[in-house]
Order: sequence, then C-alpha cells, then structure tokens
Amino acid sequence: MNVQLIVFLPLLAALVAGLGNRLLGNLPAKFITTGALFASAALSWPIFLGFMTGDISPYVVNVLPWIRSGNMIVDWSLRIDALTAVMLVVVTTVSSLVHLYSWGYMEEDPDQPRFFAYLSLFTFAMLMLVTADNLVQMFFGWEGVGLASYLLIGFWYKKPSANAAAIKAFVVNRVGDFGFSLGIFGTFLVFGTVSIPAILEAAPGMAGSTIGFLGMRADTMTLLCILLFIGAMGKSAQLGLHTWLPDAMEGPTPVSALIHAATMVTAGVFMVCRLSPMFETSETALTLVTFVGAATALFAATVGTVQNDIKRVIAYSTCSQLGYMFFAAGVGAYGAAMFHLFTHAFFKALLFLGAGSVIHAMHHEQDMRYYGALRREIPLTFWAMLAGTLAITGVGIIQIAGFSGFGLAGFYSKDAIIESAYASGSNAGGIAFMVGIVAALLTSFYSWRLMFLTFWGKPRWAASEHIQHALHDNHHDRPADEHGDSSHAKVHAPEGTGGYHPHESPWTMLVPLGVLSIGAIFAGFLFHGPFIDAHEGAAFWMGSLAFDEHLMEEIHHVPLWVKLLPGIVMIIGFLIALQAYIRNTTIPARFVGQFGVLHRFLLNKWYFDEIYHVLLVRPSFWFGRLFWKRGDEGTIDRFGPNGAAALIRGGNVLTARLQSGYLYTYALVMLLGLAAAATWAMAR
Amino acid sequence: MNSLGFPILSLMLAVPFVAGLACLFSSANGARWIALLATFANLALGIFLWDAYQIGGPQWQFVERAEIFGPFAWALGIDGIALMLILLSVFLMPVCIAASWTAIDRRVPEYMASFLLMETLMVGVFVAQDLYLFYLFFEAGLIPMYLIIGIWGGANRIYASYKFFLYTLLGSVLMLIAMLWMVNVAGTADIPTLMAYDFPPDAQTWLFLAFFASFAVKMPMWPVHTWLPDAHVQAPTAGSVILAGVLLKMGGYGFIRFSLPMFPEASAQLFWLVMGLSLVAIVYTSLVALVQQDMKKLIAYSSVAHMAFVTIGLFAFNRQGLEGALIVMLSHGLVSGALFLCVGVIYDRLHTREIDRYGGLATNMPGYAILFMLFTMASVGLPGTSGFVGEFLSLVGAYEANSFVAAIATTGIILGAAYMLYLYWRVVYGVQRNADAAAMPDLNRREMAILAPIAAVVLWMGVYPESFLAPMSNDVGLLLARIERAAPSSDSQLARTAAPATPADAEHGSAH
Repeated sequence: MNVQLIVFLPLLAALVAGLGNRLLGNLPAKFITTGALFASAALSWPIFLGFMTGDISPYVVNVLPWIRSGNMIVDWSLRIDALTAVMLVVVTTVSSLVHLYSWGYMEEDPDQPRFFAYLSLFTFAMLMLVTADNLVQMFFGWEGVGLASYLLIGFWYKKPSANAAAIKAFVVNRVGDFGFSLGIFGTFLVFGTVSIPAILEAAPGMAGSTIGFLGMRADTMTLLCILLFIGAMGKSAQLGLHTWLPDAMEGPTPVSALIHAATMVTAGVFMVCRLSPMFETSETALTLVTFVGAATALFAATVGTVQNDIKRVIAYSTCSQLGYMFFAAGVGAYGAAMFHLFTHAFFKALLFLGAGSVIHAMHHEQDMRYYGALRREIPLTFWAMLAGTLAITGVGIIQIAGFSGFGLAGFYSKDAIIESAYASGSNAGGIAFMVGIVAALLTSFYSWRLMFLTFWGKPRWAASEHIQHALHDNHHDRPADEHGDSSHAKVHAPEGTGGYHPHESPWTMLVPLGVLSIGAIFAGFLFHGPFIDAHEGAAFWMGSLAFDEHLMEEIHHVPLWVKLLPGIVMIIGFLIALQAYIRNTTIPARFVGQFGVLHRFLLNKWYFDEIYHVLLVRPSFWFGRLFWKRGDEGTIDRFGPNGAAALIRGGNVLTARLQSGYLYTYALVMLLGLAAAATWAMAR
Repeated sequence: MNSLGFPILSLMLAVPFVAGLACLFSSANGARWIALLATFANLALGIFLWDAYQIGGPQWQFVERAEIFGPFAWALGIDGIALMLILLSVFLMPVCIAASWTAIDRRVPEYMASFLLMETLMVGVFVAQDLYLFYLFFEAGLIPMYLIIGIWGGANRIYASYKFFLYTLLGSVLMLIAMLWMVNVAGTADIPTLMAYDFPPDAQTWLFLAFFASFAVKMPMWPVHTWLPDAHVQAPTAGSVILAGVLLKMGGYGFIRFSLPMFPEASAQLFWLVMGLSLVAIVYTSLVALVQQDMKKLIAYSSVAHMAFVTIGLFAFNRQGLEGALIVMLSHGLVSGALFLCVGVIYDRLHTREIDRYGGLATNMPGYAILFMLFTMASVGLPGTSGFVGEFLSLVGAYEANSFVAAIATTGIILGAAYMLYLYWRVVYGVQRNADAAAMPDLNRREMAILAPIAAVVLWMGVYPESFLAPMSNDVGLLLARIERAAPSSDSQLARTAAPATPADAEHGSAH
C-alpha cells in the first residue's frame, strides 16, 4: 500500500492543486502538494534502508490492466527493487525539498497553484518511470516527465524564449523517443513481450542472432540496445541530442534543480542500468554508450568553461556529469553509474538551488559578470554553494594504509567511475579514462570559476539592468523576469555596488539548501558501500542491475597514480581558476584576445544549434510550404478538381446546369445507380 | 428477432429520423430541444446496446432481417467493431447539437433536421448487413453534409462542397459497379456471407481497387485528401466535428468490413500501394500542417496524417495493427472532434480562424487552456491518453509487418509534436497581442459541458482501453483468421545462428 501512496499521492495533489487553482488559492495548493511530497519521501526512505539492510526483497504491485492486444500484454504495475528504491529516495527527496524551496522562490508569482501542480505532476510521472515493470509503462513515465518538463520550461508562457525552449525540449526528446519507440517495437517482435524481467531473462539467449532491419541484417541485441539508447540520449541530453538542456534553463530555477539536474535527465542512465543485462549481451552497444558518454562529458565541460550565465554553467556541468554516468555504464560499472546519479542528485540540486538563491538575491540577474563579492552579503548561500562545489569537484583524502579516508560525495562516485574506466581494460575504457581525467580538470575549473566570479572579487553589480530596475523603480520584479541566456553587450562590468545590498533568502529556501548540503557532504561516505563495494554491492543490488563484482574489486587494485590523478587534476583546475579569476583578473580577457576563434567556438556551443537550424528546422518549413503550395494547390488541385471544373465550365449548358446543383446531381447518380441495381436484380 | 425482443437497431435509426421530421415543423428553439432530446435518447440506446452486447457471443448480434424484393433486404446487425463506431457516433451527436445551440441562428429547424438525418444515416452505415443498404447509407450520408457545408458554411462554401462532391462521386460510382459484379457472382448481397466468400484472386485486385477509390477518398488518403481541408474550413463547427469524428471513419470501416475480408489476396498484393500512400501522407501532410495559418486547416491536415496510422495498422495483417487502427479511429474521432470544438469556442467569440489573431489565451481563458492542452497531448499521442494506445499498437503492428514502414511512420510522432505544440504556442501562450482576443471570456457552462465528457473519455481510453478493446477483440480475431493466409512476409525475420548470417540465410532462418 505504501508504494501506491508514494506514487499516487503526488498525482492526487497535482490534480487538486491544478484543477482547484484559483478557487483553492495559493496557500492550500502549496500545502497539499508539498505535504504530499514530504509524505512520499517519508515513505520512500524506509524502503531504501530496507534494501540496504536486506530486510526487503524485490516485489511487484499490480494496479490495473492497461493494454491487452493478443500477446501484447501491458499492465499498470509498480516494481520495487533496489534500483527503484534508489530512484524513489532521489526523486521524492529532491522533489519535496524543491517544493519547499519554491514557497520562497515563487512567492511573488501570480500563478502559484499551477506551478506546484506541475511540479507534483512531474514527480508522479517520474515515479511511474522508475517503478515501471514493463517498457511501455516506462515510456509512459518517460513521456509524462517530458510533458511536465515542457509545461515547466514554458511556465512563464508570455516569454517567447521560454516557449521556444519548451517546444525545443519536447521535440528534441521526441527524436530520442523515435528510437525508444522503435526499440520497444523491436523488443516486442523479438521477445514477444514487453515485460522487463522477462526480456532480461531471455536476452542472453538472443546473443549472436541477427534480424532484418531497414534492408540490413543487424545483430539483434546490438540493434535493440542502440535503438533504446537513442531514447536515453534524448532524455539525458547526450551529445547530438543535448541542445534542449541549456535552453531549458528558461524555466524557473527550482525546476532546473529538480528536473534538469537531479531527476528527469538521469532517466536515460536509469534506463541503461535497468536494462543492463540486455546491454551486457552486446559489446558494440556498450562501446557506443561509452563513447557517447565520454564525448558528452568532454564536450559539455569545454562549453561550460566559457558561459557567463550562472545557470548555463551548471546546465553544461549537468550534461557533462551525465556523460560520466553513461561511460560508467558503458564500461560495465552500473553500480558506479547509479552511485554517481545518486550523489549528483544531491550536489547538483544543491548547486542549482544555491544559484537560485543568488539569482533571487540579485533580482534575477543571472550574468556572473555582474556578481562578485557576494560571500559576505549572502553567507549561508555561499557556504551551501561551497559544499556543492567541493562535492562536484570530488574533494577528499584517499584511504592510505589503515587510515580511513573521507571525501565529499563526488569524491567517491566520480573517482569510482574514472577508476572503473581504467580497470575495465578495454580500449573504449582507456579512452573514457583519459577523457574522464580531462573533464575532471575542466569540472574543477568551471566550478571554481563560478564560485570566484560570484562570491569573490569586487562587487560588479552596479551596471546590472536588473539591479538598476530594482533600485530605481522600487518595484519587486517577479521571477518571470528571469531569463535563460544573459546576452548583455558589455564584456567588462564596472565595479561597484550602486548602493544595492543583496539580501539572504527566506528560510523556506535555506532549509532545502541545508539539507542538500548535508547530502552533498555525506552521501558518498555513507553509501559507497552498498552502491559500489564488490561484496556489499552484490547483496544490495540483488540482480536489479548487472553488478560486476569483479570490476568493482578491480578498482581497488588500480595503480596509485590512477587513484591520485583525479585529485591532482582537480587541484590543477582549482589553481588555474584561482590564478585567472582572483590573482590576475586580466588573464581571461587576454585569453579571449589570443584565442578568439576557440572562445567563440565554445561560447556558441560548437555551433550545434546553428547547424540543426540550417539542416533540419528551416528545411521542414520549406518543404511544408512546398508541399502545400506546389503539391496540394499547384498539382493535385490544379489537375484534379479545379481542372475538372475548368473542363465543365468549357462544356455545354447541360453540364453547366449539373455543376450548379451538385447535390441533385449526386442524389440523381446515386438513385440511378440503385435503380440500375434493382433492374439488374429483377431481370436475372 | 434478436435477444432483446425489440428491434433496437431499427429504433436507433428511427429515433433521429422521426425527430428530424418533427424539427422541420417546429420553431427554432423547439427544434433545438427536439434535437437534443432525440440525440440523448439515441445515446441512451447506444449505452444500452453496449451493455447488452455479449462479448464472446455470436459474431453478429441484434440481427434483424426483412426481405424487400430480389436481393434487397432490410438486414441489420452489428459486431463489436460496428458497436464501437455506433457508440462514437451517438456520443458525438448531442455534443454537436449543444455546440450549435447559439452558433447557428439561421434556419435552425432545417439545420437540426439535417443533423438528425445524418445520425440516422451514420448509424445506418455501421448496422447495414445488406450490400445495397450499406451503399444507400454510405452515399446518402454525404447529402446532409453537403447541405450543412453549403447552407451554414463559410464564405467559400460552394467551392468546398464542389470539391467534396467531385472526389466522392468518382469513388462511389466505381464502388457501385464493383458491388453489382460481386452480387452477381456470389449470388447474395448479404455482407456476412460475402465476407467469407472467396473471389478469384485476379478479380479481387479490380474489386479492391474499385472499393479503394471510394474508401481512400473518405479516409482521406494522400493524394485524394485535398477536399478535406477546404470542407473543414468552410463547415460550421459541429459539421467539422461530425466530418472528422465519424465520416472519416467510414473509410476505415469500409476497409475492415469489405476490402480486407472480401479481398485478402488483393489486400496483400497491394500492400505497398496502401503503405506507400500512408507513409507519404504522414510525412507530407505533417509538414504541410506545420506551415498553416488557419487553425481548422492545420487540424484537417493533421487528420490526414492520423488517418494514415489507421491504414498502416489495418494493412499490417496482425492483431496489434488491426486493434491499433481501430483505437486510432475511435481516438481520432474524439480528439479531432474536440480540437474542432476548441477552435469553435474561440471562433464563436472572435469570428476568425487566423492563428495570428489569437495569443496569450492562457491569461484570460485558463480553463480553456487546460482542456486544449489535454486534447493537444492526446493528438500527439502522449501515453495516458487515447491517442497513445492507438498509435502505439498500430506502430507495433507495422513493425511486425515491415521495419521500413514502422521507421518512417514513427517520424510522425516527432512531426506531430512539432506542429501541434507550435499551434498551441501561437494560440494559447505568448503575450496577448490583440485587445479583442484578450477580452474573450473563459469557457461558459455549456462549453464546459461539451468538452469535459470528451476529455473524460479520452483519458478513460488512454488509461483503461480494455473497455473498448474487449468487445472488438473477437471480431479482430475472426478477421485475422480470414486474412492471415495472405499476410505478406515480414522483413524483420530473426535468424538464430551464431555465425554471421547472409541475406539468403535469413530467408530460411527460423521465423519468430
């Protein structure tokens, strides 16, 4: 019963708040949705802890039959195992904290019930996704979170940029879903079922078989895994299908924290882990997963180093960390992938909510060039962001000869991924290892760059339009003024506060920051045993993913330099950022002057958007107009009905009269036909 | 006589017919009430029919038969497929009457009479068991539609009804000739008998093409679809609802009732004709929908794309495809009907279908925004709505039949999302560009009462489609048993050999 409550309470709350809306008022809507989420979270943790102690074994709760068509049997059901339990706590915990945070963040928004209803609706869809026992229900959750993401990115629906970003998110995800759908169809064709346990059981037996697809013969399991993985790439914003994620920052910041950092975007990683026994049957598919993950980790990290919008830096950081999770899965370290997913949810939600708190204090200025010296103005936010930064960069002391180490969340999870890539011994793993090291350096650099620009140095906010607005018009600008991409013309903001002093956020926003800080500090230390330890891990996962005990044992025996390298590059990244943004602040400008082309290439995100626009968006509209004007009107109508009309017009009086009364003509022809039929029938 | 002890099907034909006559002799308001009561009475009869229908009982239920003369007979009876389409028709009729309550103020009695006559003829199509009777209902059903477009339509209604006429005429003449030949050869006009009659394969091809000419226009399939956007644009709101909701389903019903069971070999032989036209339709009309400026035209083009999912499912020759096609038909009937009603709601306020005249309606019409969003999502096939169940099953079936078909058809889910969300953005989101659009009031009670039940059924069909699939599954099984012998072989054969298989091996590989 608990499981049903966990999943359906958020749905119920969403319906009440959404349909009640203005009738209900702000406060009841907030109480209902937030209360439901805290209840869900409170029910989820015992399940997770139960799997850790081994008190609970996996089970499935059937809710309702869904689709029954021959051997296509799909039920609404909730599957609970260790993998689901991990996702349950991640989703409900972050979601409940984000609900609470939004009390403060959305305080002045006129449309609060709608916002909270969308948040709860999202949570419901995400919970349906992670509890899915079959591929079709997973697809339901998959599309459901896509809908919620669309609604929330476009929450401030008056802004054209928000609408464009919302549609982009939905449509790009649909491109991924195109692969996912074909993957489901193909899986059903091959296995005759969409039930995940049944597929995973039968998958090894299909290894080595081939199947026809688009005129080719393909290895069955490779084909299916790649099709499904295309779906994962869309949802998790992997290279090629990543373009929607940075734009999704148009949504309110709590949304970015919940959906575009902690939960929804990790659904692709979850999918690969859930189907890991299937992926294990195809070496080719796993290699692809590794390469795509590694490429994304590197690509997004490079772009993240030059962005000026605080949310965009964190968005690219998310994209990059998702790449880490994928290449972990690709080298077979599913436990490490899930572990990074778990810790990342805490520290990335923390970073986003911290950024939200900064944005809140700065009257919705998001451009870091107009920040500076905020350390003293908003100290609690600063400490929380610092915890997040230490966690993402992976600060910690390794265990040396009897002396037990300690580190923040990322120290355990990211290092485990990098070490697994090395230990896997494959070529792809080797490349992923090197990419992981470089990306770790970049991660440290852009994270500290963000910290230094925001919290250190001299105040530079006097020139910010948002601050000017707040000072002179003496009006509270609403969160709706938040903008996704800062594109101020000036590169150098003059120093000075302009007489404005940022204020710390209300307790509703600070409490979630505090809780997540604790998570970011201790989640790695407390939970690395069950997630990645060779023996504890096997007992914890209980087959809910393809846990490789051997690989997890191997990572303890990698050479010392492999263990130390992530820490060393982390320090190098920190030192570069320190040098460039604290010690000698002219370095960035000189760098831009010297490597202008590279800087523009990175600033424009490798020109993906421009290329897609030219190759896909514009031709679609062009073909649409061509088919409409030249096809339908210029050809079909011209030679079809209009041509016939012209013929009739040129004909004699009789046809002209026929033309004037189609109805009578029609009735006449029909009756004549029936009369002919009757005559024929009687004559026989 | 049937198990109920009274001729329920004849009654369902008689109620709207008699009410239609009564309308002609009453005042405008009287006609409205007569029409509403009559359509509700038929809805009640329809629900009673659904309840009385025995799932797993005889194939044809509630059978009535009265010989007229020669091969002509008043032969009525339904199977599960017809049952569901009848329910769709009688469900949409009260909605149409209510939607026309204030929008139509000219020649109301005649308008209501036309709608009631149309209901008789629509139900007639689905209950007829005699070939000629079917033909009569099938073709005569268009007459009230002509009247509705031609009298109560928009400015360019004459051109629209002319196009409609021209396309339909050619198809129906060919179909009639084929029917005459069939009755002559088989010696009966009884549809159930003909469904089991094996026509010689070479004759099947011609017969198939003759029927195809009629059904393809009704569907409508590319390239004989260009009458639909014009007809929709000119028709009054309720006319569009019936056109999209029920009349377009007659083509699909024709394929299920005639083309597939009567000419299975020809259906298989012309697999690529049907699939090719459907695939072109999905990509072509979706792109055309993307660039439309007129709301009704956009939805009309989207209908052509959605109907292509029906033909793809039907000609997949497997259960998922057939059942998917049927659910797409039901779902599209509800969803496109609802979308046209949504257009009607704002058309009634501003008297324009121009997309750019609206914008920012979420601010002044929040209730409308929610319902429009739901139907938009159902149209793009979001799981949990009726649109998904149909599209999903139909594509599963298509993949089983041929991977090319499935891969191209599945691009429809991307394009569909693009044009529908683009429409929604321009109408409901954004800033309020025009003062008159910004001043429009939200849905009134009547409009809410029209849209809310459709929304409820859309969700019901999306969450628990079993209520709708169960009555049809037996009939789909019977149809499958008849056509499976002709099913074209799939290109996705599985070869379970450890060694790399060559294409030649695949032919002999152990089939799935």
